[in-house]
Amino acid sequence: MIPLSWFLILAAGLFSIGLFGVLARRNAVAILLGVELMLNAVNINLVAFWRYGDILLMTGQVFAIIVFAVAAAEVAVGLALVISVYRRRSTVVAEELDLLKW
Amino acid sequence: MTGEQVIFLIVGAVTLIAALMVVTVRDLVHAALWLVATLFGVAIIYTLLNAGFLAVVQVVVYIGAIAILFIFAVMLTRRQAADTGAALNKNWWAGALLAVLTFTGLFFMLQSWSGFQKQAAAIPSGFDAINQLGDALTSPAGFVLPFEVASVLLLAALVGAVYLAFNKK
Repeated sequence: MIPLSWFLILAAGLFSIGLFGVLARRNAVAILLGVELMLNAVNINLVAFWRYGDILLMTGQVFAIIVFAVAAAEVAVGLALVISVYRRRSTVVAEELDLLKW
Repeated sequence: MTGEQVIFLIVGAVTLIAALMVVTVRDLVHAALWLVATLFGVAIIYTLLNAGFLAVVQVVVYIGAIAILFIFAVMLTRRQAADTGAALNKNWWAGALLAVLTFTGLFFMLQSWSGFQKQAAAIPSGFDAINQLGDALTSPAGFVLPFEVASVLLLAALVGAVYLAFNKK
């Protein structure tokens, strides 16, 4: 049997990799890819706590499904913003979008 | 070591390596395809956790919709076919440091928790996770209100996305 710690360590690793992607990538689409990795790590934790806690309470799975919906909404709006920015500025490199930087 | 543990270790290693490729490869189409590999790994992890419905939703929603949306966005936002230039910004070392610190912090915080090595309880006989989940999502005593709020949020986000990406010319 797999102890709970394995899932939590895997989720922590996936979250840290996603965090690195968000902080270090230059392309705005790649930053959103990092956000997806972080959301997946959170979902692994939610489902693991459902399985290792009281299995009759479905809260963990319901929360994971709502995270799915929020992730889909976030990706749709985020990519629409990226496409809109690309149309106006012809670039999606985050450090070149410095209009608000003094 | 049981078979489940071997499967977990293989799938976990593949998932983490694919995730590392997502955040480091230069070509964004390749990054999106590595993301698909990561999402498949996470779906297998759900199966190991006896959450079969979530594994199917992961494949249908994440891989079928979100990953494809990413590939479309990558293709719509570039002039040349190949990505050139650095994949990472000049402060990537600070990001790497912060990521390592986050992981070690989480690891030691979790290690000090008494339930860290907990084993899963056996699933009670006659327990139907999909039935329970459907009941929880649609009964007023369960989570029908958050469920409806999530659907309104999704609708609003999609209308907003169409408005933002709409070409007014």
